[in-house]
Amino acid sequence: MTAYVAPRRLGASGYFVCFKGIVWREVLRFLHQRERFLAALVRPLVWLFIFAAGFRQVLGVSIIPPYQTYVLYEVFVTPGLVGLILLFNAMLTSLTMVYDRETGAMRTLLVSPFPRSFLLISKLLGGVAVALLQVYAFLLIAYFWEVEPPLIGYFTVLPALVLSGLMLGALALFMSSVIKQLENFAGVMNFVIFPMFFASSALYPLWRIKESSPLLYEICRLNPFTHVVELIRFALYGQIEQASLAIVLGFTAVFLAAAIYAYNPSKGLLGRRGEAGGGR
Amino acid sequence: MMTPAAGQLAERPVDALLVRGVSHSFGPIRALSDVSLAVPRGTFVVLLGPNGAGKSTLFALVTRLYDNVSGEIRILGHDVRRHPTAALQQLGVVFQSRSLDNDLSVLQNLTYHAALQGIGWREGHRRAIDALAQVGLAERADDKARALSGGQARRVEIARALLHDPACLVLDEATVGLDVASRESVLAIIRALVKERGVGVLWATHLVDEVAGKDHVVLLHKGCIRFSGAVPNLLEAAQANNLRSAFMRVTAEAA
Repeated sequence: MTAYVAPRRLGASGYFVCFKGIVWREVLRFLHQRERFLAALVRPLVWLFIFAAGFRQVLGVSIIPPYQTYVLYEVFVTPGLVGLILLFNAMLTSLTMVYDRETGAMRTLLVSPFPRSFLLISKLLGGVAVALLQVYAFLLIAYFWEVEPPLIGYFTVLPALVLSGLMLGALALFMSSVIKQLENFAGVMNFVIFPMFFASSALYPLWRIKESSPLLYEICRLNPFTHVVELIRFALYGQIEQASLAIVLGFTAVFLAAAIYAYNPSKGLLGRRGEAGGGR
Repeated sequence: MMTPAAGQLAERPVDALLVRGVSHSFGPIRALSDVSLAVPRGTFVVLLGPNGAGKSTLFALVTRLYDNVSGEIRILGHDVRRHPTAALQQLGVVFQSRSLDNDLSVLQNLTYHAALQGIGWREGHRRAIDALAQVGLAERADDKARALSGGQARRVEIARALLHDPACLVLDEATVGLDVASRESVLAIIRALVKERGVGVLWATHLVDEVAGKDHVVLLHKGCIRFSGAVPNLLEAAQANNLRSAFMRVTAEAA
């Protein structure tokens, strides 16, 4: 019979310490990388300042909920750009994880004694915390560009941002387990980010898409990113778009389960391929 | 060649690390085949093997990056697959590739690791300062990790692995890419830890000159253990007069 030494207990405070440490590390890394902060802001601002200004005269937006009057195209497109920030941040987190896996840094997280699912969700929430910093900085700048949702909207949008960030982060986490090498990230841009963004209600209302292509309309409706954008759009005006909420919740659960499965040491994909960050 | 039978390892008192009858495959490729070894507390065990021998696969299983599907792995008596929380609490790891976060300071890297072990900031900070002093890098605490040389980074990784006071320390080719002075410095720190703190160390390497005369050697080749025992026994078993010849002979016989 093998002898046994009693383990140190990891209570609720231990879990909190671990969670705080993971989130703190993500935020600290982001703040240390000023270029990343600027890049994250420049991308949606270019869309807002240049693309939206150009389209303002071309694309008329009728009165659709949650808007109670005609709105500027900049106002319409802002929830989509917020979604874009969340999407890019999630995918960059995925890129970081592929890089961390290649260099071995991912292992320092995965050999923690806390449950793997807890570690992964904490890492996701760390990524969401970083995305929130970017979103609020963007909304602050957009305010001076006549994008002025009600004050309460800045608070009511927070849960929608957290949930949407989790959904996109979980998708990215799953993808990071599937992507074999860092170079494959260009494929992620082409096959995930751009199709998700353009085939959604981020840039044009769905009724407009339906007028031009019923097939594309159906594709947009099936795209979870459409529901992220609509959830944020309504939340910015203190309302809940229930269908979008249910769909985003559902996709979050599916993507999270897939990501946790992929990183599960007994069932996951890494063990079968032997690619957890080292050779043989 | 001498290889430990699984039964021989069964009656030992609690070991820092016990691996018993472990096999692992990646698809059709057999990476490990019925591997058994023990690292008692306060001992330095060298896992010696050429590139591709299966050392990193064994490390991935010991650190539970993925589960062993056959055999068992115990850290201080805790089964890694069944009780990973208790087992991993007792394990310190230094990986083959550099794994510090270059954007954070040395101290931040260590307090982050302390948090991953459930150790709060204040206590983690205190332990980090102590651990850095132990590896002779206290003055670099506030420097960014990217500013460290290869040898210094390795020493910080050792300090990090010791923060939660583990009973077992595993190091996977920890001296790869280091110059001779740095290699000797890292080895000296680890050997001192074995003596002073009673840590059981599994030191994986493909370099025979890192093995000292009294070390316990486990020779892994093509996923199988070809020899396990003290260096003099290896020389005798291989009928060689130095370790390099013994290593070459054993691996050539198994080829």
